[in-house]
Amino acid sequence: MRLEERVEKMEKRPRAPYMKPTDISDPNYFHKVVDCQWACPAHTPVPEYIRMIAQQRYTEAYMINWESNVFPGVLGRTCDRPCEPACRRGRIEEKPVAICRLKRVAADHRGDIEHLMPSITPKNGRRVACIGGGPASLTVARDLIPLGYEVVIFDRDSRGGGMMRSQIPAFRLPESVLNEEVDRILNFGAETHFNHDVTSLKNVLDENFDAVFVGTGAPKGRDIDIPGRSEVQDNFHIGIDWLMSVAFEHTSKIGKKVVVLGGGNTAMDCCRTAKRLGGEVVKVIVRSPFDEMKASPWEIEDAQNEDIEILNNHVPEKFLVEDGKLTGIVFQKVKPEYDETGRRKLVPTGDAPVIVPCDDVLCAIGQENHFPWIERDIGLEFDEWDMPVVDRTTFQSTNPKVFFGGDAAFGPENIIWAVAHGHQAAISIDQFCQSKDINQRPAPDVTLISQKMGMHEWSYHNDISNEERYAVPHAEKMSALKDIKLEVELGFDEKMAFEEAMRCLNCDIQTVFDDVKCIECDACVDICPVDCINFIKNGEETDVRSRLRVPALDEDQSLYVSDMLPTGRVMVKDEDVCLHCGLCAERCPTAAWDMSQFLLKEGQAKNQRQVA
Amino acid sequence: MSYIAKPKFHHPNLPRNELGLTRRDYEGAMSTLCAGCGHDSVSAAIVEACFELNLPAHKLAKMSGIGCSSKTPTYFLSKSHGFNSVHGRMPSVATGANLANNELKYIGVSGDGDTASIGFGQFAHAVRRQVDMLYIVENNGTYGLTKGQFSATNDRVSLGRKGQKNAFDSIDLAAIAIQLGASFVGRGFSGDKEQLVPMIKAALSHKGFAFIDVISPCVTFNNHNGSTKSFEFFRDNERSITATDYIAPRETITADYKEGSVIDVTLHDSSTVRLRKLDANYDPSDSAAALQHIMKHEELGEVATGLLYLNVEDTELKEKMDIVNVPLNSLGVTELRPDSNKLESINKSLR
Repeated sequence: MRLEERVEKMEKRPRAPYMKPTDISDPNYFHKVVDCQWACPAHTPVPEYIRMIAQQRYTEAYMINWESNVFPGVLGRTCDRPCEPACRRGRIEEKPVAICRLKRVAADHRGDIEHLMPSITPKNGRRVACIGGGPASLTVARDLIPLGYEVVIFDRDSRGGGMMRSQIPAFRLPESVLNEEVDRILNFGAETHFNHDVTSLKNVLDENFDAVFVGTGAPKGRDIDIPGRSEVQDNFHIGIDWLMSVAFEHTSKIGKKVVVLGGGNTAMDCCRTAKRLGGEVVKVIVRSPFDEMKASPWEIEDAQNEDIEILNNHVPEKFLVEDGKLTGIVFQKVKPEYDETGRRKLVPTGDAPVIVPCDDVLCAIGQENHFPWIERDIGLEFDEWDMPVVDRTTFQSTNPKVFFGGDAAFGPENIIWAVAHGHQAAISIDQFCQSKDINQRPAPDVTLISQKMGMHEWSYHNDISNEERYAVPHAEKMSALKDIKLEVELGFDEKMAFEEAMRCLNCDIQTVFDDVKCIECDACVDICPVDCINFIKNGEETDVRSRLRVPALDEDQSLYVSDMLPTGRVMVKDEDVCLHCGLCAERCPTAAWDMSQFLLKEGQAKNQRQVA
Repeated sequence: MSYIAKPKFHHPNLPRNELGLTRRDYEGAMSTLCAGCGHDSVSAAIVEACFELNLPAHKLAKMSGIGCSSKTPTYFLSKSHGFNSVHGRMPSVATGANLANNELKYIGVSGDGDTASIGFGQFAHAVRRQVDMLYIVENNGTYGLTKGQFSATNDRVSLGRKGQKNAFDSIDLAAIAIQLGASFVGRGFSGDKEQLVPMIKAALSHKGFAFIDVISPCVTFNNHNGSTKSFEFFRDNERSITATDYIAPRETITADYKEGSVIDVTLHDSSTVRLRKLDANYDPSDSAAALQHIMKHEELGEVATGLLYLNVEDTELKEKMDIVNVPLNSLGVTELRPDSNKLESINKSLR
């Protein structure tokens, strides 16, 4: 039958009674298939930059990152990597692609980028204050300065960078890397007021700024209230304050026996820093079971590699003090018990208390927001937890001129979230300053382009590597422990970076199905290495999921459903473990399958401008 | 053809059979046939059937001749034995192999040229002798390897790609097989695995000559308007006479069918073939009726599919010839070299 006849026949068919054909023109559909990009708060187009790295196009890879996440060099070392648990590779074999460390490769190997920086349009006369000079504020500055805004940054520290400088030790993030990425933004022409502690928001507002962005983080480390606490003032340190004091070189030594309380990433940074400042026996002691520690697994691993012992299920009971000096801490041993709802309760095991001798204790049991400097009578509402009421989309507070972002908005997160908030706040501020509706958000920039080059040739590399994840080489331990500024991770070299990049499954190269062309020959079903393509009778979604060649159990993963085909069936593709190898398209005699690159760039303030 | 190998990764939840193997473990090398070739689907159906039957690959031999179809044994069961013979001579080699070692299961894969033209005589005698094997013809009505001439199974009314008329009547291999005494005859379609896979499973469990004529469209030379072996024509004109269910030996048989609508036949390995009659008057054990049925549909321009004829009473080649029932390579000196008394008695009997 000729194509026109088939089209006509298809149009006359009854519509599918159950699952509707997937609307691939909705950018969210294919975006969700790119698991890493979907999981990234800043929606960095991960597979695209990994492909650039494989082609040794490091500068382009860096710029893709810089556009989305502003601090590729910093994040390539310190990101919490929400992309990696989401990585499809982790569902077909043991470990995901080392996305974060590939990002660092782009930063390490890139060429000059000065000429790629946005041009700065003449000043538009609007002034925006950024309180706090951390990642969120710097992102706001980066997005707004090129549009002509005058951005004024206030920070209590002597340099910009916020917690990236004060809380992340130099052996994880070299100062030169941080300075370069921070200074690049400041050099756009931000007006900076360092060593300037803002003590009143009202005063800032009185200075006639058009908008104020609050990116002051979660600067208050949590204290612990157990017997003996008041007597150990000299040997007790709040983790983040102590790290800051080390970063600004006010502190350079610590006792031989150190206990770190807490199980998060700050605790890991504290213990490793202590080890470098003279701590000989450094122990991390945590209330929760080991598996439930908040720290990222790789940071725990790095700490353990430096001979730091981690004791779990130990609850601190009291400090032991002799002659006004800390000598140890008493712990009660507990075990977790879970009720029907899965809520955890730590109950004492009944064992004898454990005494851990120590000279210094670092307390890293959490951090909080702290807004004593915001007056409560300036139209800015606070909620029952004493947090500002902030809109989740626009980041605007109840005072329309004041916007929040980063940890200051909704409590402690990590750098990549601060960047994402900064982008969104910049959009809102730009709209607000032009008296436009701030709920009007710029649409993402989306393209879907066929990768077909020939009969069975694609412009992407579909022959993926079977190798396991490569480990990043580390500096030799003895020398690393002697020098607090010596970076421990050495990063991938070009060869390893290439090998690791080839593990990427190219999830942005989408399988696009055209039901009009399909002759239902089954060739795609037969060739698919992961059995994700099916031709079956339509039904309700749960029913369809259960009837696939391999049932689709993960409901977070979409099903791609076609319109009804001539035999009365529909094509159903489970996106879950698709390798994006393109074999379905290679074995298709009618090109009903095509491999198309889906590239989504999240809307930013500049995009809104182009539309307007 | 694709230039890359099929990735090794498989679905983490891919089912495993009793041998602990997945469907992927029964695959072969990457196919070099045209994209969309029906033959690749037949290979996939064989893979599926062997996986579901829990067959150990090393207990199987793939036999073939020459042609697109005959290349396919490379693309499935890479861990099985195989013999790629001269054009049309696969039946002889299969007969010999079968006599030498009947512990292996034999799958012969052939095409319409290999079977209905150059190997027609060979085919006839393998059927007549009831060689214990599954003989699959991947039937596309065209000589694809030599660029699309009509084959002997191309229907009289079926036009060539450029509208050429066919001067000759076609050979219906399924009908011929029934006439020549095959004990298991079916017809399937590469685009319908629901029908084909159970039929292959039943055929592999059957003792004797099992023949399946699989209409397997040639997407390059014979899938156009006017062809009677195109995906579309076949889908519109095939008439399933029986639906086959294969029930493994230890599986419980549940019967929830109307009286008379189902026929259960127990095979030699005590598995069961359940035939659901889609045509109420059909009797798959009556060869004359089966032939009549096939011809009746042919007159209407239709193609009868499903398990068309099944006879579990007939014996296979080795039994007919009273040949020792173990692989010949397992026979020792005592079995192969008669002692002098025996020789003496043989000589005596000849005097």
